[in-house]
Amino acid sequence: MHLKQMDYSILLQCIHCGLCLPTCPTYAETKLERHSPRGRIALMRAIAKGELPLTRTFGEELYFCLGCLACQTACPAGVDYAKLFESARADIEEAMVLANPLRNLVRGVIVGFIFYHPRVLRALGRVLYLYQASGLERLVREWKLTRLLPRRLRELEPLMPRIQRHFSDALIREVETPANKKYRVGLLTGCVQDLIYSHVNRDTADVLIANGCEVVTPRKQYCCGSLHAHNGELARARELARRNIDAFDLDSLDAIITNAGGCGSHLKTYGELLRDDPQYAARARQWSAKLKDIHEWLAQIGIRPPRATLPPRRVTYHESCHLCHGQKITREPREILKLIPGLELVELPESNWCCGSAGIYNITQPEMSRKLLARKSQNIATTGASVVASANPGCSVQLESVARAFRVEHPVSLLAEAYRAETKGRR
Amino acid sequence: MTLTDSFVELLGGDRVLREREDLIVYAYDGTAALSQLPMCVVLPVTTQEVAEVIKLAAAQKTPVVTRGSGTGLSGGSVPVPGAVVLCLTQMDKVLELDERNLTMLVEAGVTTQTVAERAEAAGLLYPPDPGSMKISTIGGNVAENSGGLRGLKYGITRDYVIGMEVVLASGEILWLGGKCVKDVAGYSLRDLFIGSEGTLGVITKVLLKLVPKPQSKKTLLATFARMDAAAETVSAIVAAKIIPCTLEFLDKTTIRCVEEFAHIGLPLDAEAILLMETDGHPTVVEDEARAMEAIARERGATSVQVAQTAAEAERLATARRASFSALARVSPTTILEDATVPRSELAAMVNFIQEVGKRHNLRIGTFGHMGDGNLHPTFLTDERNTDEMKRVEEAMREIFEFAVQLGGTITGEHGIGLAKKRFLPKAVGEGSVALMRQIKRTLDPHNILNPGKVFD
Repeated sequence: MHLKQMDYSILLQCIHCGLCLPTCPTYAETKLERHSPRGRIALMRAIAKGELPLTRTFGEELYFCLGCLACQTACPAGVDYAKLFESARADIEEAMVLANPLRNLVRGVIVGFIFYHPRVLRALGRVLYLYQASGLERLVREWKLTRLLPRRLRELEPLMPRIQRHFSDALIREVETPANKKYRVGLLTGCVQDLIYSHVNRDTADVLIANGCEVVTPRKQYCCGSLHAHNGELARARELARRNIDAFDLDSLDAIITNAGGCGSHLKTYGELLRDDPQYAARARQWSAKLKDIHEWLAQIGIRPPRATLPPRRVTYHESCHLCHGQKITREPREILKLIPGLELVELPESNWCCGSAGIYNITQPEMSRKLLARKSQNIATTGASVVASANPGCSVQLESVARAFRVEHPVSLLAEAYRAETKGRR
Repeated sequence: MTLTDSFVELLGGDRVLREREDLIVYAYDGTAALSQLPMCVVLPVTTQEVAEVIKLAAAQKTPVVTRGSGTGLSGGSVPVPGAVVLCLTQMDKVLELDERNLTMLVEAGVTTQTVAERAEAAGLLYPPDPGSMKISTIGGNVAENSGGLRGLKYGITRDYVIGMEVVLASGEILWLGGKCVKDVAGYSLRDLFIGSEGTLGVITKVLLKLVPKPQSKKTLLATFARMDAAAETVSAIVAAKIIPCTLEFLDKTTIRCVEEFAHIGLPLDAEAILLMETDGHPTVVEDEARAMEAIARERGATSVQVAQTAAEAERLATARRASFSALARVSPTTILEDATVPRSELAAMVNFIQEVGKRHNLRIGTFGHMGDGNLHPTFLTDERNTDEMKRVEEAMREIFEFAVQLGGTITGEHGIGLAKKRFLPKAVGEGSVALMRQIKRTLDPHNILNPGKVFD
């Protein structure tokens, strides 16, 4: 939907009280109203009312926004910022105010090709794996061939995450059934999660099985489309939603499980996204009703406490923005961590402050991203934790880039480790 | 050279905002349905820069509107046409915490929350806690003389400002007041600037008084079937020589909205809910809480809950804390008013507001600070509906007039700004307004500081 067509009351719902300002990372860093949610909404309102043309400055501003949705948590008036944000970015792309040949090419390749066709993404993953595993990467770095890259890419190169040897479908069978089957759930394996953290998907399946869930993992899955929706490509986002809905037999499943905060937040909006699609509207609503974050689902069905004790470790919990602000899931992951014998959970100051990953923000806005990562890093250091638990692959990649004194783990991986320790008979 | 160019020369291009996108976002504050584009926005970081900005503007008789985070609720920081917005959010340093004199010196752009946190870390308390304290600046609080939830026991912003640095309309920089508890050297000029809404000078630094942090606190929540019973409870508590730190109430409309939004199990048939807190020495707090519970029951409370743990206290306070959020999401436009009456007239005022709402076919939820008589009738409306907005205006006028009749005032903590200008003469009398004008003329002869605010 365009800003101009949007029911103007969504914009008017903002009472410009300013309570979002202190929770907005870009405002906190700059103290400039333009970089605040209230300011951005005022600009959207000016555009909707025809008082401001859709300018390049507006476009840049909306891409300076992290889309972390912290403002939505703070908002007393219930403004649907996520919807405003997506519509504004779609308008910006349509008006092409930011268009230039390089940006168009990069966007086309990333949003329209790599993350649109799962086979392309996986093929790319294989190539990268070989590049890293064969030692070629080491040679390239030793010979400083990275100097040949453009500056932006050269700076990003060291951040390139390790690609896994085995992707999720090699680690998880299509259907895995526990002895004490009580539920039947579908498992989403994601894109980045699948390539970089496929073991987290295996751990998720293990935890589900340990809690009486039969796990169905369709072989062919698509990107959830959050990358597309957040980057003004709503038509592609809808197409990906339709394909994912087709990949699962909704009637036979009690829930569809995701373990990535960012994906989950978007996956839950399929009902709204496909509201006007006569063929898919009903199933999309069903999908949204059944879509559960793993922590949420475990809390709902009553999690079985692990009996084994893990080696003692201090762990702290970093909240994925779209898990806490997007999905309002804050208590459940902490409950899981507290349930694991051996772990000591210490609160992370500003745990729900964006780490600067924010989808591809760390690539598009490296400077602000670095500031937020430094802030996060300092907060982590005050906890003295040796493990930072986080439930979103984007955050994990970002945090791992500064992880000297700690490891980054998904809460579910820690839980799976505890369950595995039971069968090993370790105490 | 234009005025803007001079600002650029003074502050550098980054700290002078001129693009249309920047003007749009400084056109409003927290007040409903008011906005006006400024000419430009300047972001000084030192008092000297503020003084230079004022001098440059004064030379061209260009109006200057000072602004912090823009959370005001009377239009005090909404620009006037052609104005320079002097935004002080970048002056955000805590300069000194003096634990021997219990004072804190801060720049005007420091947020109220930061002041509260820094005080608390030293075992101290900065009591004023306006609803927007997480982002409101201390300079704005002083200029508006903000209140908060603890007014009855601890007073308001004025009671905690003992010194300030101010830039006059001439560009002259003055220091007023100081760390002495007693200081009667001449007129208390700092008091003149507290609550002056940016019309007399620009407050650049504030010296705040702090108090020791109370050792303990007890929270109670009582429900009532009649508004009068709640009001009587409050009077009886005060008559029993107990001064609670919190005495907050919610009316029926607010209770329903809160319950719909937060599902905390409030009784939907209740006419009023009273949230009460007492703080201080643990044994005194225990005694007072018991006495308050007994008084509430005597006066016909249908239920009284006393929090046994901090978590429970938190839960009880949710109803009050969620009230603004719950009301704000009901309709597109939310107008938060702050008519205030002597404590003894509270029930009459609340009943009148409900009657006015019915008569004008408007939705008004009322909540507020029962201990100090400061009510927040909140209009749930839609600024696009011109007919309804007219009825809102009319209802507001009636409410203000009734408040004044009861010996109350048209604004307890939001200020006059633009929104309540026309009601001021009725509230304070023509003589007072004339004296205010005279003071304004003396301090700002060219009428460049926030002109057209408070009075024309």
